[in-house]
Amino acid sequence: MLRLILTRIFLGCLTLFAVTILIFAATEILPGDVASAILGQGATPETLAAFRIELGLNRPAYVRYFEWLSNALQGDLGTALTNKREVLATITPRLINTLFLAGYAAVIAVPIAIFLGIVAAINEGKWIDRAANIVSLGAISVPEFFIAYILIFVFATNLGWFPSLSTVYSDMGFWQKIHVVALPSITLTMLVTAHMLRMTRASVLAIMSQPYIEMAFLKGLPRNQVILHHALPNAAAPIISVIALNLAYLIVGVVVIEVVFVYPGVGQYMVDGVSKRDLPVIQACALVFGGAFVLLNTVADILIIMVNPLLRNSR
Amino acid sequence: MSIGFCRSTHAPLAPQRRCKIEKPILKIQGLRIENLAGEVLVDNANIELMPGEILGLIGESGAGKSTIGLAAMSYARAGCKITRGHIEIDGVQVRDLSAKGRAQFRGRRIAYVAQSAAASFNPAHRIMDQICEMPVHHGVLTHAEAEAWAVEMFRTLELPDPDNFGARYPHQVSGGQLQRAMAIMAISAHPDIVVFDEPTTALDVTTQIEVLLLIKKMIRDYNIAALYITHDLAVVAQIADRILVLQSGKMVELDTTANILHAPKATYTKELVEDRQTSDVFREKLLKSEREVILDASNIIAHYGDFRVLNDVSITVAKGETVAIVGESGSGKTSLARVMVGLTQLTSGSLTFMGSTLAPSLKNRSRDDLRKIQLIYQQPDVALNPRQTVGEIIGRPIMFYFNRSDAEITDRTAQLLHQVGLPEDYMNRYSTALSGGQKQRVCIARALAAEPTLIICDEPTSALDQLVAEDILKLLQQLQDDMGLSYLVITHDLGIVRRIAHRTAILLGGEIVANGPTGDIFKPPFHTYTEKLLQSVPELRETWLEEIIYKRSA
Amino acid sequence: MTNNNSFRNPTLSAEIGMVILAVFIICAIFAPFIAPFGEAESVGKTWLGPSSKFWLGTDNIGRDMLSRVIYGARMTLGVAAICTCLSFLIGVTMGLLAAVAGKIVDQVLSRFVDLMLSIPILVFALMILSMFGSSLLTLIITIGVLDSFRVFRLARSIAVNVVVTEFVEVARLRGEGLWWIMRHEVLPNSLPPMIAELGLRFCFNFLFVASLSFLGLGIQPPFADWGGMVRESGRAISFGIPAPLWPALAIGLTTISVNMIVDWILSINARPSGASAEM
Repeated sequence: MLRLILTRIFLGCLTLFAVTILIFAATEILPGDVASAILGQGATPETLAAFRIELGLNRPAYVRYFEWLSNALQGDLGTALTNKREVLATITPRLINTLFLAGYAAVIAVPIAIFLGIVAAINEGKWIDRAANIVSLGAISVPEFFIAYILIFVFATNLGWFPSLSTVYSDMGFWQKIHVVALPSITLTMLVTAHMLRMTRASVLAIMSQPYIEMAFLKGLPRNQVILHHALPNAAAPIISVIALNLAYLIVGVVVIEVVFVYPGVGQYMVDGVSKRDLPVIQACALVFGGAFVLLNTVADILIIMVNPLLRNSR
Repeated sequence: MSIGFCRSTHAPLAPQRRCKIEKPILKIQGLRIENLAGEVLVDNANIELMPGEILGLIGESGAGKSTIGLAAMSYARAGCKITRGHIEIDGVQVRDLSAKGRAQFRGRRIAYVAQSAAASFNPAHRIMDQICEMPVHHGVLTHAEAEAWAVEMFRTLELPDPDNFGARYPHQVSGGQLQRAMAIMAISAHPDIVVFDEPTTALDVTTQIEVLLLIKKMIRDYNIAALYITHDLAVVAQIADRILVLQSGKMVELDTTANILHAPKATYTKELVEDRQTSDVFREKLLKSEREVILDASNIIAHYGDFRVLNDVSITVAKGETVAIVGESGSGKTSLARVMVGLTQLTSGSLTFMGSTLAPSLKNRSRDDLRKIQLIYQQPDVALNPRQTVGEIIGRPIMFYFNRSDAEITDRTAQLLHQVGLPEDYMNRYSTALSGGQKQRVCIARALAAEPTLIICDEPTSALDQLVAEDILKLLQQLQDDMGLSYLVITHDLGIVRRIAHRTAILLGGEIVANGPTGDIFKPPFHTYTEKLLQSVPELRETWLEEIIYKRSA
Repeated sequence: MTNNNSFRNPTLSAEIGMVILAVFIICAIFAPFIAPFGEAESVGKTWLGPSSKFWLGTDNIGRDMLSRVIYGARMTLGVAAICTCLSFLIGVTMGLLAAVAGKIVDQVLSRFVDLMLSIPILVFALMILSMFGSSLLTLIITIGVLDSFRVFRLARSIAVNVVVTEFVEVARLRGEGLWWIMRHEVLPNSLPPMIAELGLRFCFNFLFVASLSFLGLGIQPPFADWGGMVRESGRAISFGIPAPLWPALAIGLTTISVNMIVDWILSINARPSGASAEM
């Protein structure tokens, strides 16, 4: 089993490496010429040439890639083209903000979703299952910003309980932050809970159809014991992948939500960078998101290996 | 131990047990079970089971045997519903009880042994914990008592390392061992009734006989009443006091085992018994003269990964001859078929077909070589594309090999359908609308469309019901007589071998241990494995199992 | 395998979904005849509330919201539909190829797709759109290709199960070529389970286009599209003007409708699980 885990960690590192190549390729090689893309069509040939040299585009791509990679590994993510600030210095507090928001939502969403998913599954076809189905279907169907604006409309504009813009400062107290970030985190919670609930329900139902569950009922065990003792230990692996998948989803969802609430996180930083075509910023943000994604998937796979009884007790 | 032994005296040649007490322990009256679409799965079933009595439920797939077995535990699978009838266990109307009340009967008074032990044990828990769960939950034994009892049982049933057997997880032990463990689990709370749902069907014959012996012994030792569900008349004849014959959810005949076997009344029962008897009888079949050898496989060695699945196998098939390859799962018999058609690469050895060497790989064979060797599969369901009509399925090889016009293809397809005993208008149907036997006929027609010389039949009847299987065998026989086809039949079923094979080769662990005319194979002197195989196949005589018990104890 | 008589009549929710979807599709096709005003026409004061003249009010530069929602159906639904077709075309072809063409092709394609999916799709799209610019063609190709990776995975996993069946082996043994097997044996058996996925992918692409437009990187003005309309009027919500809710509601209604239809399609072949056994 240890070998399996080590293999998975190695695979994770390999993926991360491939992701850096992909990011670099997508931003610097594919368009053909970054300089004209950034400066636009109005740029004169002289400014373009000067800008190319400034970006180092006159050197071969692989040299620039390894330079970028080794700098990134040393913590140097470059300088933003627009405001000439160190990207790392800007992105660090923003990353903390994003993690705060995502963690806030996850802490609420994960337990609720798993619990409701299991409850819906074991009551398949009953009213609680139907209700969960309809509500979650609604929640996954509407765009993030729709939920966000509804919440703003009701709780910020009309009731005035929460601010409509989630501006946070580094010197804010914890509870103050919790209050300010409430609306974006509730929006994320609703989305993620709905997704996770549906997936949890599906994986528990798949387990409930197994012959050993029927056997447990035929042994005369009461329903809750069958579920707690026979179904859930086997549902652990699928539920872990559901959680991982949705935490990954959370990271993406954060981008749009941060824009709606003007929340100073990595997502908004990236959208800003994209609209200003600020290459180092885009690369750094993509690296952060990609890295988080790979990390989550790796951790989930390792956990799944660890809870699998077939792998845990091999022949 | 707190278990009373009702009957510990062994009476070797006395299969009929009389242990009648006035009141039945299980009584099912007017049982009706429907699925969600409202189709009737079981109609008006009436069963009375006396304490210590064994009732065999026999019937083909879809006869409703398992559904009745589960209904006896007042359990209906998802999508099914018990719509009418009474189920009475030891005088209590179980259907009138609450869900909780019914659960108290399950395991404690009536327990269940499923067909697949591998699927019915929870992969997340140790075997011991799963066995002890029931007696502890029902308050019959404490956990320590249950464990001690289970270890005792492991020892009695000759499971390996009985003291530590229970500490293993289900995936760590073999199928036969797990099946025994499940039988132990079923009686762990000392029930009055056990429902055995095809407990030996998934096992090889040599393993099946061991599990059968154990079940027989267990039922006897613990004085358990049982519903024994199976599709194999010979198996149920060894176990049951009475037999209930079912057909599409209806009771056909209910009588003592002796009467069912020797004086069946209903036509359906007669057919079942007669057909089963013929498979026990060997029909000597000899080729009229020495024929030319069309397929010569010599010294075949093949690997699956690093594992050697075939070790120096040599076999020939002559024109118009049927050669059977017999073996249990893992013997390499399917690998041999795959080597011959070029799906599995051989490591060494040679294949000669009609005088010329066959390329070992499918890709390098000529279209004509491919055409002349055709394959018929075990599961006709998955051998036919469900999105093609019967006409398309049979017509494609005609188009592919002979490039005929559309009209010619239609004519030929109609002719082939006629040959395999299907009406012409089946051409426009999808195969999903056909029954299992009809599907296998379409498969045969598709093979014939290529106008082959040799047809390899991989377990051609084992997925079919007994009477349907018999018809398919007759069809194969007929085609051979008419067209001079050669067959290579891969099977685990000695009944098929007895009926159709001219020559037989017995495969064990990738090697041929016996090879010769079928008549010689089934006559002494036997190879030890052949003997074991032959003795393991249940025979219809009710005393067959008793004789084995007697022989072994001698 | 499915048999034809298990085909059930639509459930009530599926019928509602079909009606709503039909209304939007009609709006998309006949927008110029239905909409009371032009797509990019300033017809009144800014931020007017709902009135008999402007049923849904006006936006930040005085355009009629209702007309723009109707015209928006064209762009938003159209782009999402084209993206979905593109992604299915690429994904199914590649998925079947990976399943049929042998181990090496399968490994190469699968590892490549794993890699492409190891970066969040939105982040990927943002990167590419920032470099290429947000022309309509770039947008469609980007979304179509990115989404095809997911279609690939599903198509491959379904096709792999079809490829190992014996009827495909029969075709191989007959000597049939790769394309014939893909076209005649594997494809017809892989598509039916993917019908529901078609709906789900459409929903995903539709929301994705809307999100990108909302971020300012999707469909560009002056074309009306629902995501972009939310973006333009978004901040007004803080002042109690419900303008951004209308296009957002249209987005939500569309996806809910499609999902309700998909649920029905899925339920046709679904079997009840063990949880609903009679005990």
